[in-house]
This record gives sequence, structure tokens and C-alpha cells, in this order.
Amino acid sequence: MTSKRAKTSARQKPRPAQSAPLAELRNIGKTFESGVTALHDVSFSIRRGEFLSLLGASGCGKTSLLRIIAGLLAPDTGSMRWQSGSRPRETGFVFQEPALMPWADVSTNVRLPLRLLGIDGHTAELRTREALALVGLEKFSGTYPHELSGGMKMRASLARALIVKPKLLLMDEPFAALDEISRFKLNDELLALWQQLDCTVVFVTHSVFEAAYLSTRTLVMSQRPGTIAEEIRFLPATERFDPQYRTSASFAARARKLSEALVRAQALERMQ
Amino acid sequence: MNRRDLIAPALALTLLIAAWEIAVRFFVIPPQILPAPSLILQTLAADARLLFGSLLVTLRITFAALLVATIAGVALAILFAASRFAERALFPLAVIFQVTPIIAIAPLLLIYLEPTSAVLACATLVAFFPILSNTALGLASADRQLRDLFALYDAGWWKTLLHLRLPTALPYFLGGLRIAGGLALIGAIVGEIAAGSGGAGSGLAWRIMEAGHRVNIPRMYAALVLIALAGVAIFVLLSWLQRIALRRWHTSAMAAE
Repeated sequence: MTSKRAKTSARQKPRPAQSAPLAELRNIGKTFESGVTALHDVSFSIRRGEFLSLLGASGCGKTSLLRIIAGLLAPDTGSMRWQSGSRPRETGFVFQEPALMPWADVSTNVRLPLRLLGIDGHTAELRTREALALVGLEKFSGTYPHELSGGMKMRASLARALIVKPKLLLMDEPFAALDEISRFKLNDELLALWQQLDCTVVFVTHSVFEAAYLSTRTLVMSQRPGTIAEEIRFLPATERFDPQYRTSASFAARARKLSEALVRAQALERMQ
Repeated sequence: MNRRDLIAPALALTLLIAAWEIAVRFFVIPPQILPAPSLILQTLAADARLLFGSLLVTLRITFAALLVATIAGVALAILFAASRFAERALFPLAVIFQVTPIIAIAPLLLIYLEPTSAVLACATLVAFFPILSNTALGLASADRQLRDLFALYDAGWWKTLLHLRLPTALPYFLGGLRIAGGLALIGAIVGEIAAGSGGAGSGLAWRIMEAGHRVNIPRMYAALVLIALAGVAIFVLLSWLQRIALRRWHTSAMAAE
């Protein structure tokens, strides 16, 4: 892993200008049939090339927000506008659970988006192999999901999202169910992939450390109803690709900043 | 099930048959009341042509019914998956057919249909419901997140059915089929009995009735043994099918590690 990271940091390329908006959400609100207001007056923009984290406690509407961005859920109020007119066709989605088809082997699972988009044959074959290689599962293409560990299932799930060569990668607490060691490892790999693939990531998490470790920008959410309490921006730090980063003072400082913001967001909830 | 699992049931069955044989001989029970297992076996051998011919008739109807029930049950389950309205409208009807005892419906069927078709209809009616309800449940059980994924890539209804909902439903369907197999045999037997002497059929149930009229008790037992064996064979066959179809991925069919 260390060597991969060193390699990535060596050819650290400048990120594309992070100011160009990919999409803009305005005054998004969502109330479910049960009467629970999941989201209230949420406005923010997604910038091209950024790693955006949505940080908040469970039940603050993060998942609903992600599904609205994906176009899987229609908001009751407000609007979502894509700069290009519509959500990029090349969108990857990684769910809370690996959500693999148990009846299909790893390569069939990873290939699914291409099949649904009508891409077949040699191209599909090649891209499946590429995607598997990206997550280090080359040797497991014929393996069935039940034969894989939790971390490997998540890798397969990640490969399935990457196979469309995503311009937009939506991730819903993808590593929350993993043990810490696997999670750290996948965090590192995700960062390397983001750097390498040049896509925009929207990452939902309830972990302060994950948000601090991964994102270039974090939206801290408060709940009941879910809304954005604060925005914390980080400069894309080159030291993030240093193996020592996780124990560094600068990482600790970022995590503290986010923790404080989360405390403020909760104080806001109590006042209402 | 491996060989060691077979020891206990085989032992119990052997003991039961041995006790039966000994009791009949010891108490000198006349065969018109209770034939000994050895006599039943002799009858089975002596009447083999007659009885196995009848077994074939009953089995043919059972499997034909299973086939019709599978096609109709799966088709209706897919219709239910396509339309909530169809489900709400038709599912109660299916329940009414299911809860009304087949023996009560059989005489009516015999008025409307010629005997062989009526027997087939009886068997189909009872085999139909578990296939329908299990498959419908399976089609509705697709993983939420996978459904989201299919929606994300604009997979239409047919693609979602083919690649997600049908594979999800397969274990449910096979579970239903295993129940339906036993029920189809029961339905066929009930139909044959209802058809009685009016039927030109010569299935196993009809043989039992005929032997009963002639007070040929050993032959009644011999036919009964064949029916029981046929039921067990159908169950074993469908369980095997289930295991073969699911062994690569479904928990129910994988060897315990």
C-alpha cells in the first residue's frame, strides 16, 4: 500500500480548478409520508473535482440528500440544477452495504452497470478487468460474494462504481461497517483513486476522522430537520498522501475543527 | 444429507416394519384386517404390472399439474409484480381457491370437465398457490440498494425483472415448488377419488378404491405404499433440484463449513 501511495504522491498533479460548479442544490426540502421532515432548506453547490463530505449523525438526512443528488429521490421543494443540464451518465454509487448480487460472481457484479447501460463485448471485458485491477481484485473475478471478506466485498462494490469511469462518485457511508484497519486501508486507496481518476466525490459519513482525512470540503449537518449547519473547507493538502499523515498534527487539527463544528451544530438543534 | 444422517430414520423405519411383521405373525391377524409387510411386498410383486401402470398414470397427472401450476403461478406472480392493481384484484381470488378444500371443488369440476382433465385441474389448483405466493414474495424482495443501482443506470422494468427480480425470486420459487410437488400428488389422488368409478382413469387412488370394494386389503396397502414412495421421490427430486440450482450462492444450499 505504501508504495502505491508514494507513487501517487510523486506524480501529484494539480487538481482542476475547484471553483467550477458541477451542480447546484437550492432550498431542497423533503418530508416523508410518515411526516418526518428529512431535509429542510438545503442549499449548496458541488464543485468539479472536489472531495465533498456530508458529515452528520445518523438520521440527519444525509442518505436522502445523496439519493436526491443521484436522482433516485425527488425533493418536495427546491431544485437541483446540473451545469451540463443533467446528471452525468457516468455516475458511480457506493452504498452502505456492498449490495452485490449473491447469484453472480465478482466480475459479473462489477460489470453490471455496463450491462445496464448497454455496453457489451470486448469493451466491457476490458473495463471489467481494469476496474478489478484498480481495487486489487484481479484474482477474484470468478469468486462469489459469499466467499469474500467484508473489505473485499466493499472493494468489489467500489469497482462496480468505478467501471463507468465516473465523473461523479456518490458514496453513502461505504466503509462504516468495516473494521478500522480495513477502513483506513480503503480510505487511502480511495484517496489515491480520486487523485488518479479525476472525478468529483460526494461522500456521506458519520465519522469526523473520515471526513477530516478524505475531504477537501465538509458540510456539517444538523438533524431534525436535516439541514446544513456549517461548511468547512480544507486546502487539498499534499501531506495527505504521506503515510505518516494519519498521526500528524495537521490531521488532528482538521479533525478537531470538524468535531467543534459538529458540537455547534448539535447546540443549534437544542435551541430549536 | 450425508450417509450418517440416514442412519436414524432408516433404523426407525426398519424397527417399525419389523414390529409390524412380528405382531401380525404373533397375534395371527388375518390379512383382510392387517396384512404383514412381507405380504404387502408379495402383493406388490404379484400385481406389479397393474399397480405400476396406475402409478405411471398418477405421476403423469402430477407432473403435468406441476408444470401448468408453475407456468401459471410464475406468470401471475410477474403480473402482480407489474401491477399493484392486478395484485389487489386477483390475490384474494387465489386465496379463496386455496382455502376452499379441493375435495369440495372436485365434484363440480367433474361436472364441467371430462374426468382426466378434472383430475388434472384438481392437482393444478392445489399446486398453484404455493408457487404463486412464494414467487410473488420473491419478486418483491429485491435488495433496495440494488434496485437503486438499477434505477441509477435507467434500467427499465424488463431489465430489472430479468437481471434483478427473477434471480432474487429463484430461491423463493424453488421453495414453493417443493411444497407444490407434494400438493400436486395429493390433488391428483383427491381428484381420482372424487372421479371414482365414473372416471375411466386407472390411477393409484382408483386402484385403492377398487381393491377396497373387493376387500383386497393387501392390494390397498400395496397401492398406498406406492403413493407414499412416489411422494417421497417427488420431494427428494425437487430438493435435489433446489440444491443444484442454488449451490453456488444461496445459504440454504451451501455446505456448512
